[in-house]
Amino acid sequence: MNLDEVDSKIENWEPKIIAFLCNWCSYAGADLAGISRIQYPPNVRVIRVPCSGRVDPFFIIKSLQAGADGVLVSGCHPGDCHYLTGNYFARRRFTILKNILEYIGIEEGRVNFSWVSAAEGEKFATVIKEVTESVKALGPAKRLIKRFNYRKL
Amino acid sequence: MEIVERIREEARKALEEKKVELIIGFEEGSLPLRTTPAFIKSIDAVERLIWNATCENNLANYLLRLKIKGKVGIVAKGCDARSIINAIKERQIERDMVFIIGVPCTGMVDRKGIKERFDEAEILEAIEVNGQIKVKGERFEGSFNISDFLYDSCKTCTQKTPSLYDVIVGDEVKEREDVDEFREIREFEKKSPDERWAYFTREIESCIRCYACRNVCPLCYCKECFIDQSRPQWFGRSIDESDRMIFHIIRVFHTAGRCVDCGACERACPMGIDLRKLTKKVEKDVVELYNYKAGIDLETVPPLATYKEDDPQEFIK
Repeated sequence: MNLDEVDSKIENWEPKIIAFLCNWCSYAGADLAGISRIQYPPNVRVIRVPCSGRVDPFFIIKSLQAGADGVLVSGCHPGDCHYLTGNYFARRRFTILKNILEYIGIEEGRVNFSWVSAAEGEKFATVIKEVTESVKALGPAKRLIKRFNYRKL
Repeated sequence: MEIVERIREEARKALEEKKVELIIGFEEGSLPLRTTPAFIKSIDAVERLIWNATCENNLANYLLRLKIKGKVGIVAKGCDARSIINAIKERQIERDMVFIIGVPCTGMVDRKGIKERFDEAEILEAIEVNGQIKVKGERFEGSFNISDFLYDSCKTCTQKTPSLYDVIVGDEVKEREDVDEFREIREFEKKSPDERWAYFTREIESCIRCYACRNVCPLCYCKECFIDQSRPQWFGRSIDESDRMIFHIIRVFHTAGRCVDCGACERACPMGIDLRKLTKKVEKDVVELYNYKAGIDLETVPPLATYKEDDPQEFIK
């Protein structure tokens, strides 16, 4: 049974989304969303990172390879970085990476980026809603996933 | 005086004056239409140096990989010089430890094209005269204009004359301004994601993971490449489609703002994978987004080592 068949068998499929949130803004933003009892889709798995600058392209690609249907990287707004410039450098890297991924054929909307501050609980919930919806619309990820024995070697 | 003579003269002078320990250049290869890197240490050996339209290797690679004490002389084309500038910028070599003999280049010949002309029959002899190559085989003979059989990377080259050199041999070559080096990429971008994915999976399908593209690249000087790391082992070394694809994605990501499009990776690939489709895309993005071309000068900061407050960020929510 290959992955396509598995997918078609799963009814009510829900996407799995990996979110890399920076410790100082977006993670606190997520916290605020929780404290404020704002509802948002439960599809994200959060990984806390010290800064969006810590997010190596490896993280994003590895998530996709391991079968994540979507990835979100979120950090402080430009100018608000706890380490002053971490997110500025990250922004350039993400731009290049996103362009490469979309160029080779990863659908737009699989890999997402956002700036969410610690005061933006509402925005965090909206971002998660948007990302979940866009990934749902794309369906289960099929590209870049490592498929063990998929070729029956 | 011919370029070859002038290269030899400069090499001889540099060795005589003990300015350099070693000269890296090209010598005759063992097959027609082939040259091989030469490492000249003595004045007598200077005569081995040659120059023609098959001196395709990017010699900058050897500056980074050979552990040489002392100053090194190097014969550099436009793209080699750009790679050397990169290496200096990235603090891999020091400017005053390298003596650059710049050679204005008119493009290198793609042997494959010529071989195809003769249905892959073996070429036994090739002589270059005045921009033409005369080829002889057992049952055939022909002569071609070099300019009709250039490598793709040479066809779109915008830096034929080295931008950094200590001495230059030969006259400056006029840079072409009418070439749109990213035309192919722009056209490819217009295809749908599915078509592009299909194209790359087909190309990468044949990758045997020999890593020739990495080993030949003057940018890939890391002591331990990400693909060789085992603690943690980020990505597999299998021939699984995703593993192969990811190797190429990350390899090309690592060339961002550094690739000088010398074409070495594509020439080295034993499976003929269209690697420039990837590297050229990143080169294009860097030019369009950050207005940066690698290896042009020693001053400009590489794009991923700096930032601007108003960098484009439409894609960020």
